[in-house]
Amino acid sequence: MWSRTIYLLPRRLSKDRHILSFHSNLRKASSAGTIQKADNKQVTKSESLGGEYVQKALKPITNEPFVKNLFLGNFDKDALIYPELTKEQLDDINQLVQPIERFFDEVDSKTIDEKAKIPDDVLQQLKDLGLFGQQIPAEYGGLGLNATEFARLAEITALDGSISVTLAAHQSIGLKGILIAGTESQKQKYLPKLATGEHVAAFCLTEPSSGSDAASIQTRATLSEDGKTFYLNGGKIWISNGGIADVFTVFAKTEIEKDGEKVDKVTAFIVEREFGGVTNGKPEDKLGIRGSNTCEVHFDNTPVPIENVIGEVGGGFKVAMNILNSGRFSMGSSGAGVLKKMMGMVAEHATTRAQFGQYLSEFPLIKEKFARLAITTYVMESMAYLTAGTLDAYEQPDLSLEAAIVKIFSSEGCWVCANECLQILGGLGYMKDYPYERLLRDGRILMIFEGTNEILRMFVALQGCQHAGKQLKELVKKIRNPLANPGLFFGTLKKRVMSDPLKPPLKLHLDEEVHPSLKTAAQSLETGTFIFQTAVERVLERYGNKVVHEQLDLKRLANIVIDLYAMTSCIARTSRSLSIGLRNSDHELLITNTFCYEADLRIKHEMQQLLKGKTENTDETIHKIADLVFKNKGYAASHPLERNW
Amino acid sequence: MSALRVLVGCKRVIDYAVKIRVKPDKTGVVTDGVKHSMNPFDEIAIEEAVRLKEKKIASEVIAVSCGPQQCQETLRTALAMGADRAIHVDIDSKDYETLQPIHVSKFLAKLAQDEKADIVIVGKQAIDDDCNQTGQMTAALLDWPQATFASKVEKNNGDLTVIREIDGGLETIKVKLPAILTADLRLNEPRYATLPNIMKAKKKPMAKKTPSDLGVDVASRQEIVSVEDPPVREAGQKVESVEELVTKLKDSGLV
Repeated sequence: MWSRTIYLLPRRLSKDRHILSFHSNLRKASSAGTIQKADNKQVTKSESLGGEYVQKALKPITNEPFVKNLFLGNFDKDALIYPELTKEQLDDINQLVQPIERFFDEVDSKTIDEKAKIPDDVLQQLKDLGLFGQQIPAEYGGLGLNATEFARLAEITALDGSISVTLAAHQSIGLKGILIAGTESQKQKYLPKLATGEHVAAFCLTEPSSGSDAASIQTRATLSEDGKTFYLNGGKIWISNGGIADVFTVFAKTEIEKDGEKVDKVTAFIVEREFGGVTNGKPEDKLGIRGSNTCEVHFDNTPVPIENVIGEVGGGFKVAMNILNSGRFSMGSSGAGVLKKMMGMVAEHATTRAQFGQYLSEFPLIKEKFARLAITTYVMESMAYLTAGTLDAYEQPDLSLEAAIVKIFSSEGCWVCANECLQILGGLGYMKDYPYERLLRDGRILMIFEGTNEILRMFVALQGCQHAGKQLKELVKKIRNPLANPGLFFGTLKKRVMSDPLKPPLKLHLDEEVHPSLKTAAQSLETGTFIFQTAVERVLERYGNKVVHEQLDLKRLANIVIDLYAMTSCIARTSRSLSIGLRNSDHELLITNTFCYEADLRIKHEMQQLLKGKTENTDETIHKIADLVFKNKGYAASHPLERNW
Repeated sequence: MSALRVLVGCKRVIDYAVKIRVKPDKTGVVTDGVKHSMNPFDEIAIEEAVRLKEKKIASEVIAVSCGPQQCQETLRTALAMGADRAIHVDIDSKDYETLQPIHVSKFLAKLAQDEKADIVIVGKQAIDDDCNQTGQMTAALLDWPQATFASKVEKNNGDLTVIREIDGGLETIKVKLPAILTADLRLNEPRYATLPNIMKAKKKPMAKKTPSDLGVDVASRQEIVSVEDPPVREAGQKVESVEELVTKLKDSGLV
């Protein structure tokens, strides 16, 4: 029986099993006992009363945001318990995987790339397979997949970049607004046709003058005098599915009254092509994902009924951010899906191609590349499924930072790994006869769209600082004013002089939460957590509210916390694999230990640079170098052959 | 005589794309952790049955698979493709190692009678053991007419007109119902099980039977002595000219 209720078990339920195998933690043991009972009860209750009771009883409303709390130095040990599906859930998802794998085996990605178009029959088959309605609930005709299942299918659909982006533009952003913020009647009207792919959706935010700065859009919606219709005017660019979509989620400025003053605020609308006045440009010619349809979309006095506002009038910016935040987590699994496929093909080459009388696979420099491919892929997967599993465990999860971290790490991981694959292949990788250069080109967009990695790094660091700032406000204020608070100031100073910020004492005992083989890795995670807490405090003291302008230090904070979340994910996953004895779990252990060792070095390096301050760590000179380049409108140093005498 | 009941055999086999490895002790091939799927000819059989139903010739399609627990996955695929219900004949893994087409034929024959089937369709052979026996033996056990290697099936009044693929051409025969069909490669192109149909298939009934329920003795009458890899193909040679080729062929006694 495919029912939502089977996914409502909180994560703790399944995760206690393997932890119990070697922990004498009584708290966990007892809570596992009670939850097991609840589990049994669920079966009977859901049969007699329907899902409602169960849902409220078993699925907690929201989580303590793990990454945000890291900014305060708080480590939620539950994050080290990797989410698990039940046997039945796993069988179900594997059943769905099969036909999609077969279908994607036969997709001709080379032709899609060359012709810059997904053939209509392929698109129709994707629709028939049900792939256009993956996360739309079953009552609206979709598959009702949860985040974990969606992530699993994304591993396969990602194998063709053009198809992957077409699907994502449709359901991860295009129709997501209706799904998460739409009214019941909007859902009933639009979702069934979107689920079958009879209608295709697109997300229209970006404009020529408004990219990362989404609040600056110029497209305008003006309310008619009778108050029933908005008239939409403006142009959007680089809209995925822009030429094939029937339903658009459009963001436009509307004038609203706030405190007696008229201000412009962003509002989200559902716009049908049928409404009239909707035109699109010709498909853009792109570096990668060439078969995905990317167009300009123009709205010329397009009438939109007021009931097609998504959320509140003036509440569109929040809708846009929620849509984008909710879609990012799947980039981890999709990236890993592509890399696993690529690794297989490249490994085949490396084990059969001989040079200097040796197979490539015997050269340490090649081995190093494969090890890094495996590590990066492993971390991407671990993060993606930890995030997805947590998303599934709560009613209204707060995972915006985790999802952004998955996106940053995975998009960069894909680029670096695809690049290394080409390097291993040598000249062969550069040839269009092989798929590798296409995969490299297709992957490049990942670092740009759905929020550039630069914006997302700032987002992660600033959201985290804001979360920490609320709690640290008093402390920071006092430390920044030593004359008024001499005791605290000197106390803190003493603590700092006496202790090495890079070698904090270990008090959390994270190593006791995981498989004993992961002791060292868990200890570096704990060290990193403390270092990060100190880093956040220093940054906040140093800059206070002006921290928003300190992008280079914010980047350091983001980099540290990305590594911390990555370490947490793979330690948790490896601990589970070792405890239940999965095949090749010793391989996983090597991967995690290697990754954590290097992450530890990176974290300490970032911290050293941060402690040094701008004058010593070259941040200032970086600014100066760039400033002269801009002043000069280009490269400013004299030509090496130049003489001035 | 409308509303026929169609019974279809679906064998779970190692996926056609998997590179087969022989177990080190040579008792069989490695199946643990290896991708399995429905025998491709059985997929064609299911597809044909579902098409008969879509043409209103058949009223019900029943999928049967004999083997261990995992066969239920194969049956789910059959249900997702359009079968109405499924019967899993549960065979423990030890018995399954020596299960032969004769046993499966007995299961199918018994089920065909129990379920009052009018047509039994199976793939012409399974891609793992290549036996090509089950359909024929089921026909013999039931004493029903058989139309093997079918590449086209049509219903005319009470009979089926079947075009068979035979050596050197096609043969058109007529069989009376009830009958056994075995599906050849060109009978049809099976559909993908779509995700919405996979979801719906979970609600379709799946019955479980044991060999003793069906009164079939599955005790093994034979012993596997040894399973070997096929000989490795020897490397080829390049020749410069036709003369050289002919000489070499003559030298090696091939022409």
